Order: sequence, then structure tokens, then C-alpha cells
Amino acid sequence: MNSKKQRLVVIGNGMAGMKTVEELLSAAPDQYEITVFGAEPYGNYNRILLSSVLCGEKTIEEIVINDRQWYADNGIRLHAGPDKAVVRIERGLNRVYAKDGTCAEYDRLLIATGSRPIIADIPGNDLEGVISFRDIVDVNTMLDYSRSRQRAVVLGGGLLGLEAASGLARRGMDVTVIHNCDVLLNRQMDRQAGEMLRMELERRGIGFRMAAKTECLLGDDNGHVRAVLFADGGELPCDLFVMAIGVKPNMTLAREAGLYCERGIVVNDTLQTYDPSVYAVGECIQHRGATFGLVAPLFEQAKVCANHLSAHGMAGYVTLPTSTKLKVTGINLFSVGDFTGDDDSCDSIRFTNPELGIYKKLVIDDNRIIGAVLYGDTVDALWYQELLEQQENIAGIRDGLIFGKAYLDGNRPILKEAC
Amino acid sequence: MDALATETIKTTCPYCGVGCGIEAQVNAQTRQVRIQGDPEHPANFGRLCSKGSALADTLELKDRLLQPRIQGRDSSWDEALGFVAGGFLGMIAKYGPESVAIYGSGQLLTEDYYVANKLMKGFIGSANIDTNSRLCMSSSVAGHKRAFGADTVPGCYDDYEQAELFVLVGSNAAWCHPVSFQRIRAAREANPAVKVVVIDPRRTATCDIADLHLPLASGSDALLFNGLLHYLHEQDAISHRYIDAHTEGFAAALRAAAAGIDQVAAGCRLDPDDVRRFYSWFAGHEKVMSLYSQGVNQSSSGTDKVNAIINCHLATGRIGRPGMGPFSLTGQPNAMGGREVGGLSHQLAAHMDFSSAADIERVARFWGSPNIARKPGYSAVELFDAIDEGKVKAVWIMATNPVVSLPDADKVKRALQRCPLVVVSDCMARTDTAAFAHVLLPAQGWSEKDGTVTNSERRISRQRALLDPAGEARPDWWIITQVARRMGFGQAFPYQSAVEIFREHAALSGYENDCEHGRRDFDISALADLQPAAYEQLQPIQWPVNQAHAQGRARLFGDGRFFTDSGKARFIAVTPRAPVNPPDQDYPLILNTGRLRDQWHTMTRTAIAARLNQHRPEPFVEVHPDDARRYGLENKSLARLESRWGAMIARVQVSDGQQSGSVFVPMHWTGQYASQGRMGVLINPALDPVSKQPESKHTPVRIRAWQPRWQGFMLSRAEQAIDGPEYWVKIKGKQFYRYELAGDTTPGEDWPAWLRQHLGDAGTAAKWQEFQDTGAGSYRMAQAVDNRLETVFFVSTDNGLPERSWLTGLFNKPQLAPEEITALLTGMPPLGTPDTGAVVCSCFNVGEKTLRSAIREKGLKTHQEVGRCLKAGTNCGSCIPEIKALLL
Repeated sequence: MNSKKQRLVVIGNGMAGMKTVEELLSAAPDQYEITVFGAEPYGNYNRILLSSVLCGEKTIEEIVINDRQWYADNGIRLHAGPDKAVVRIERGLNRVYAKDGTCAEYDRLLIATGSRPIIADIPGNDLEGVISFRDIVDVNTMLDYSRSRQRAVVLGGGLLGLEAASGLARRGMDVTVIHNCDVLLNRQMDRQAGEMLRMELERRGIGFRMAAKTECLLGDDNGHVRAVLFADGGELPCDLFVMAIGVKPNMTLAREAGLYCERGIVVNDTLQTYDPSVYAVGECIQHRGATFGLVAPLFEQAKVCANHLSAHGMAGYVTLPTSTKLKVTGINLFSVGDFTGDDDSCDSIRFTNPELGIYKKLVIDDNRIIGAVLYGDTVDALWYQELLEQQENIAGIRDGLIFGKAYLDGNRPILKEAC
Repeated sequence: MDALATETIKTTCPYCGVGCGIEAQVNAQTRQVRIQGDPEHPANFGRLCSKGSALADTLELKDRLLQPRIQGRDSSWDEALGFVAGGFLGMIAKYGPESVAIYGSGQLLTEDYYVANKLMKGFIGSANIDTNSRLCMSSSVAGHKRAFGADTVPGCYDDYEQAELFVLVGSNAAWCHPVSFQRIRAAREANPAVKVVVIDPRRTATCDIADLHLPLASGSDALLFNGLLHYLHEQDAISHRYIDAHTEGFAAALRAAAAGIDQVAAGCRLDPDDVRRFYSWFAGHEKVMSLYSQGVNQSSSGTDKVNAIINCHLATGRIGRPGMGPFSLTGQPNAMGGREVGGLSHQLAAHMDFSSAADIERVARFWGSPNIARKPGYSAVELFDAIDEGKVKAVWIMATNPVVSLPDADKVKRALQRCPLVVVSDCMARTDTAAFAHVLLPAQGWSEKDGTVTNSERRISRQRALLDPAGEARPDWWIITQVARRMGFGQAFPYQSAVEIFREHAALSGYENDCEHGRRDFDISALADLQPAAYEQLQPIQWPVNQAHAQGRARLFGDGRFFTDSGKARFIAVTPRAPVNPPDQDYPLILNTGRLRDQWHTMTRTAIAARLNQHRPEPFVEVHPDDARRYGLENKSLARLESRWGAMIARVQVSDGQQSGSVFVPMHWTGQYASQGRMGVLINPALDPVSKQPESKHTPVRIRAWQPRWQGFMLSRAEQAIDGPEYWVKIKGKQFYRYELAGDTTPGEDWPAWLRQHLGDAGTAAKWQEFQDTGAGSYRMAQAVDNRLETVFFVSTDNGLPERSWLTGLFNKPQLAPEEITALLTGMPPLGTPDTGAVVCSCFNVGEKTLRSAIREKGLKTHQEVGRCLKAGTNCGSCIPEIKALLL
């Protein structure tokens, strides 16, 4: 090992951290001696495919991105497992310490501690059978319940909650989703798409309690959850309660190390924290006021961060409008940008085909796409996203835009002909 | 169709005056009818035009008037007839016989016409019976009468195959008399020496066969033919022998006609060389047929124009012999029959009129009438003026739609609104005129009624019943007879069948028609004893049919003997007059009107046949490119036309076939099919002083673009009652109705709400596909139930609307393919589907794009090659000019 190499320590063996390492290895393979700490006892896996594991479409092996051999092959020292969770950063000494005392020194530190699920602040949230949906342990817990119990309740009608609900239903459980808003996926979808999604999921046997307020969870004599009590007095029997009401940046370690944090670890456009030798990427950061929960910006951050770690120093991170997809088989939905189009100065182009379960909406401002919602037919999702990102003027193709690229490529603009 | 259950019945087409014979295969049980031309009928020898070919499609019972109605409620025949008779008697008792009137139609059969005329003139004792023939034929009638002493058409269709020169004046025969036109085309193709001159301000489809087109200034025909007479005299191309032996008044006529070619060319705004060529052709060809129609007749100097034409034939002696003569192409199937019975208010009966006391006494004697009318009654326009003024208080309208067809048509509306008793006999329940009726009487329609009609060449043909009457529908003669009986005239109206009436009509034509009492041209006395079986079997025959001509007579006047007192034909000295209302600063354009190829009159029947609505689906106005520029009119945009009398909205069709300074609109659209498409409201009520025919081809108008905030269309399997949009046009298609829509305000709360309200329950039967662009103001919806298309709606504020042909074609499919359903709101066929384009050939439903691609890909050079390849143009042939235009 070359003693001239700088030392890079990565806290967090998740997708953002490892993507940065991969980018770095390809940009400057010999620059760093890399050490990775991870609190889960595996190599690196694709967390966003946990839903696929839950519903049985993939195995855990299939979602592994980099196994331990990969770390060895690339000369990376991997400390993985609950005991290897980093508990302290000594910035003055350029050192980090794991729970079991393992210590590593760094020239550059990369914090990629991700996020933690938000736990609803309701009585009973500590009962047995109340879990969140974040990692492989959670998936295994749900799979166990699906084999022995019947009634699952998912709190949260967002992406993760619906994926959990869908997976549990596929595993044979009776699932009810509780959502505090009257529209599903209200952060990603408009009302109409949310409604179509709800009807489709209902068709698949999932129940919904929309705009419902959960008062508390009721437990049985063994301290296990048995029912949900709503604010209106209604009760819903429950063997498994999955909380999926969002995540918050995991910045405890950074804050304790004295790094400047607000809602997340604050970084600049090069993903550098207030300490020049410390970088941070992924769901733990806050960049220009924004925090992150989807994978696309994380990968972009990884690229930029690697660029700077490798001393190319050319890239700046820009938060682009993020797009959404739901990983539930047979349900295609997509949204990007300002898809509500509530502003009166914006136009919208809408297309609906209820028979085929298709709904598309493009929000247009001054002949440029600023947002899109697609439900049922997402073939043109990436094309719309490109048009949005490139701020293309769509005046010339406006008439046929919503019918898609293939239609327009067929070169058949609507004729200006009256009879 | 089950061959065993069908019967072949010969009958006659109910549309134009060509009077084509039809062979109908009829299944009485299923009411299915198959139509083809009668190969033996001398008018058409098996050919039919697009309208005639589509007759079977017009026989549905939907929208038929099936029951008498009084003040909007169903009634029995007995009650309705009593109501009409009582109403008429009451008015007569109170205000005299001049206070009641009948307004009939060239659609009535001769027998119907005869009874109506007899009732009015012979027994009510007023001559207030006029007909829509006044709008179409009366200038010809008057011209004939002045020149020949009788309303006689000298020649016949057989002349088409013998003529050397055809002069078509004010006639778009290609569209208005298509089968005659086809015969002329065939004659010209068979003999390259044959020449055709078309005299018409517009370059019409008829010009397709023209060797020379003279686009003369509107209304200048008399000058052109005066100039011809002058030229013929100057060139010594006249027949002194004929003039001396058989005519009178030549010198005066010649004096009035003194106009040289340059003067004519200036007055008619024609190239002097073209005028000279026409004149020299006329001079140089012995066998000249001058075929004229509404362009001549519908003029304030129509009678003079007719005589100016006849003058030229008299001066050359070219009349009454094969292949020559003036020939009036009549507009309606039985305009001639109406003239024969005396259905116009200045006529009496059987070509006798009020100018002769002896005629009046003769007819009174024959009818046994106690109080025969002794002076002419109101002509059409005067009649509705008299109603408006309260002089006529009860009117019975039969088989016609004056609210649409008369000049100043909104005044007609007002008059009918004011009239204390309006009776309407019609086969259709909903017409613009029926809307004003106090009493509606269900008449039998074509395919049910039974009698005779006379075509342009004096040929009497049977129109036979094919089917049982619809509902309570009765023959018009029966209805009139029943009213006559209830008015106390039973003795004179004993008729039990049409043949009895025909016999009486024939007997009157021969009554005292001899040297002693004076000879009359109209004489069918040889048919006066026709027995029912013989009447049933009556073969087409040209009058006169009398002792001398038991088999009829193809031509008259070949012997140089006319029906004037002197027995000589009369030249009429014609002083050309300009139209009554010249264009001015406020109304700078001249409005011309006319027929379309695939529609008939007020569309009550042709608009039922889907295939006839494809050729020209919307009311339009043809505008010369210079005028389009001057008035800021874009092709296919909407424009508002205004005259001093009214306004309409039409779709602009820029055409260099139109003269700059003139515009053309079709005559057909009614309030049933368009919100603002009635051209009659614009037309000036200027009349020819002799014939009283209105000047429907010349009204000063102005035009301006109408830019509605939105335009759109609805296609619906079910008929909709559209209300809300300022502009709508209804077009019946095959399995769908199409509504073209435009307006300035969105009707209702929003489009989906308006649609839900219109579609009613059907709107909720299945979910809608929707498209909306709030910025472009577009909204589209489509609804399919079980993959069968029910409704399509497109609206846009930037006129971005697709061609309708692909979408409308989908209504014929029992099941739409998934890719078609997906493509609905694009308005365009899915990739890989051919788009046929707008229909050109209605008979075989061949679209413009199909034609273009076949012409291009197969290298087709002639319309015959196109016909062999696609069949287009090989049936009625009326689309051949359009096919030829595509070949250029």
C-alpha cells in the first residue's frame, strides 16, 4: 500500500456513501486509502429495492450492490455490523471511533449517515409489533409477521408506506393504510392521480383510512399492539403497525462533533461541511435549505463530492427537480417539478383515460414544462423530465406534447384545418 | 335482401327537373329499398346522380310527421280536416275569399296540384294559390308565353345527342342537373366537334366541359344575347325566310338589341375576343341548344333574359328541330306539372289564364264552379307580404319551406307569426316553416305517394308508391279533397283515387281545345279515359298526347306554328336592365346563391342521407382571393355576411372561380341544420315585373371575418339538441351526428358541465377520456362504451382542430382497436393507419387523400383511369370535375 496515499474515512455504508466511493475509485483510483464504517452487517445493498424484497419479487442477495469481496478487491477496509457503528468524531485528531473502540484516522472524512425514520409521537408507539420500514431487519420482521399474523396497518400514504402496504398485501395480510391527508402521495401526486392510485390499490384489496388522525395504539396483555384508536373513537384491529411517515436526516454524530447543522448537516455546493476536511452526502445533509429522500439527487451529490475529493474540483452540485416513481408492480406513476400548477400564471395540459387508468398532466409556464404528473402511462416520463431540465420551448409541439414522443415523432401535428 | 320477398317497381326521382326514371327493388315487410336508374327511362337511361342514388337512405321514419297535429297536440284526421275547413270558411265568411291562400310546391304531384288549384280558383273563388315554382321557373313561363303564346318547352333531351353547340346560360348543370350534364359530356366526348359554352359569373363545375367560359358581370345576360342578335343580323346569319314566315316583331327587337361586340364586352365585363368567339360559334352552328336555368330566371329582368335568348333562336329559325332550341332546365321534379294544372297565381288551369274571359268561362263550365276566380292572385313574395300586412289571414303551405327559401326570409317568419291560421302539409315533422303551423297535416312522402310528374322535356312519368304510408300520412290530393268536402264542395271533389283526378285533368286539357275555340299547347286528352290499370302501367310520355299525337310528341314548333293569336312567334324587344339593387359603399359585394351537388332545396330529405352530407358539410361562402385579402378573410375561417335584409354566418372558401366583387352561398341550410345558415334572410325581395320571380342571384352584401373566441365540433352517435353556442351546424353522418360549433362565450359553467348537460344519461354511461390545455383553451373528450365510440368533442381557441374524417369513420366500427381508443383525443389515426381525407366521390365514398395517393403512386393521368382504379366518378360522375382538378 502506497504510504503517500491520503486517508479517506467514510461513515455510512449506504447508497450515497458507496456511490461516492465508486465515483472516486473511477476518478482517482489510487488517491485514497479508504476505510468504511457501516452499522449493518452486510456489504452495500440497494435500500430502495427493499420493497421488492418485501413483496417477494427479489431476494436480499439480488439487491446487494457490493459484497464484501468487492471491498477487498478495491483495497477498502470495511468495518460492518452493529458494533462498528461510529459513535464519535474527534475532529481535532482527525479520528473516528466505533462502538467497539475501532479507530480510524482520516485526511478526509465523508459522512453519509443517511436518515432515520420518523416515529409518530403517539401513545403506544413503543409496543411490540410497531416498526418502521428502513432496513433489512424491518423487512425480515414484516415477513415474519406475514407468516403468523393477519392484520397489518401502515401509517403513512407516501411512497414508502404504500410500498410497504402493497408488499404486505402481496404477502397475504389484510392491510389498511392510515393517511393524514385525503390524497395519497400528496407530496408527489395531485388529487386526481392520488385518487386513481387509491382506487387501484383498493382494487388490490388494500383498505384506506383517509384524512384520519391516530389517537394512540392499544396493546394487549403481552405489550403487543392489538388495535389502532382513532381520534373519532373508531378502532382498527392491528397485529403489525408499520410507521412510514417520513425520515429525518441522521446528524447526531455530526452535531456532536460540532459540525454546523440545521435540519441536516449543512454543506456547500461541493458537498463540503463547515469543516474543510469533512464532506457529507445523502439524506443526512442540507443543501441550500433542502433535505433529500430520493435516490436521484444522492447519486448526483456522490458525483460532485467524488469530483472534489479527487481534487478535480470542477463540479458544483445543483438540486434539480426530483422525480418520483412508486415501486409497486403494475402501477406506473411519475411526477417531477412543480406538478400542482396551482399558480394562476401557469397553464396545464391534462389528459385522462379512466378506462385505461391513464392520467397525465404537464404544468406549463411560458411554453416550458415546469412540472409533470403521469399516472398509468409513464412511457414519456424521462422525455418530459429532459424537456423540463433543459427548459425547452414546447410551443411548436404543444398540441401533441401530452400524447408523447412517439406520437410526435410520427410527425403528425394536428392540422389547422376546419372542415 | 331476400330476392323472393322483393318487388321491382318503376318510379321517378323526386329531385330536379331532369325527371330520371328509377327502378326500385322493394321489400314491403322490411321497408328496405334498393335504388337504381331505370335503363329504359328516356330521361336518364339508367343513370342517376348522387342524390337520386341515395334515395333509399332517406326513407327512415325518424323525424317524419306521422300524425295530424293541432296547436301542438296530436289529433285525428277528422278533427284536423274539420279544423282547417272551418278555419278557412270562417275567414272567407268574414273577410272574403281573398283572405285565404295556398302556397304549394313543385314537389307536389300533378294530381295533388290539380285538386289544390281547383279548390282555390274554382270553389273558394280566389287565385291566391302560388307555389315555390315562382322562385325558380316563372321567368321561363313568362318568356315562353310572350314568345310562343304558350308555356311550351320546344325541344327534348334527345337533342343532347344531336346538338353541335351547347350554350349553358346561368346553369351549373354539373351539380343541379347532373344526369343531363353527363349526357352532354358524353355527347361531347363522342364527337370532338361538339362545343360547349358556359355563361356564368362563376367558374362552376359545369365549366369542366366548357370550350369557352364567359364569366359575365352578374345580371348582364340580356345585353350579351342582344349583342348576339345584333351580331347575327350583321353577319347575315339570320334566317330571313323563317323570320318572315313564322315570327313578328323582329325589327323592334333588333333595334333594341343594337350593341356591338365592344359595347357588349364592356357592359358584360368580358374579353371582346371571347364574346366574338361565342357569337361566331353561335352563328356557325346550325344545331345550337341554349340551356338555361336559375341564373337567367332568378333576376329582376329574368323574363327579358329568356326572351333575349329565344330571340336568337327565332332569328335563326333554330327551334323545334332536332338538336336545337332554347331549353329551360327546370329545377323541380314537377314544376312543369304545376304549370300544366295552372298552379301559379296568374294562371288558371291547363295552360289557360285570366287574360281570356273565354278561358275563365270554359274552365268554370268544366268544373261547374259557381264563383271562379277572375283575376290573378298574389304571387309568392306578394303573398307573404299580404300575410304580413294582414290581408291574407289563413294560409295553407304544402310541401315547401318558405321560411327558408323566400327572399327576405325573416319577414316570412314574421308574417307567419302574425297569421291567424297557418296550415302546413309536409312529410317531415320539423321544418323551419312547420314551426309556425297551427295545424300540421302529415303528407305522404316520396316512396309512398302515387301519381304523375312532368320533367323539363314535357315528359309525364309515373311516380309510384313503393311502401305503405308512414303512420297516418295521406296523399296531398286526399287531404285537399277532404277539406274541400268539409267546406261544402263535395260534389266537385268526388275523388277516390289519383287516376280519377288525372283523367279529369286530361279531360280539361282537351276541353274545347280545337280550332273553333282556339288551340292550346297543353293537351293530353288522349289520356282522359285512362283506366286504373293503364294508369298504373303508364309509360313515360311527352305531351301533347292527343288524337294527332297519340304517342306524344318529342318537339313542338317544327312546323313554325305557335300559340299566339297570329300563330306566329313573337320577338320581344329587350332593353337590358341592371339588377334592382346595385352594390354600394355600405354593401359593396354581390351575393349570388345556388345549389350544391349533393343537397336538395331545404335539405329536409337529402340531409338524412349521410353520404350526401360529406361533400359540403357546412354552409360556406365562396370568395375571390382578392376579396379575401381585402376583407381579411382566411380560407376556412368563419365570416359574417350582411345585407340590408338580414345576416348569416358561413365558412369562407377562397376560390378564384368566384369573381372579385361577388360572393356565393349555397341555398340549402335551414334552422334545423345551422344556427345562422339561412341565406334567404339576406336576399333582396326585388321582383321581375313580368314574372314576379325574385332576384335571388343578386343582392348587395358586405362581409367581415367573424373570429369567435372558440371553435370546435362534437361527434355523437345519438342526435343532440344543441343550444348555447352562437354558431352550430348539424351534419348527419353514417352512424353519427356531427356538430360544428363556434362562439364567443363558453356555454354553461365549463365544457365538461355543458357536455354532461347535453349528453344526459348517455354522458354517464361510460367514463370519458379528456384532454385539456388551459393555456391554449383546448378541451377534448371522447367516450366509448364497450369499445364502441359514442361521443367525441373537440374545442379550441386557436383553431387547432383535426380533420374530421378519421374520427367520423370510427363510428362505423362496432369495436375500436385499443390503439384507436388511445389515439382518439389526438384526432389523428394511430401510426400506420391511412387517412382517406375529405370525401370527393359520394357514390363510392372515395376520399381526397386516397385519390391523391393513387394518382401519385399509380401514375394515373385521366379521370377514366382513376375510375378504373378506384371506381370514383363512375356512377353519377358529378365528382369528375373535382377528380380532374386533383389530376392537374
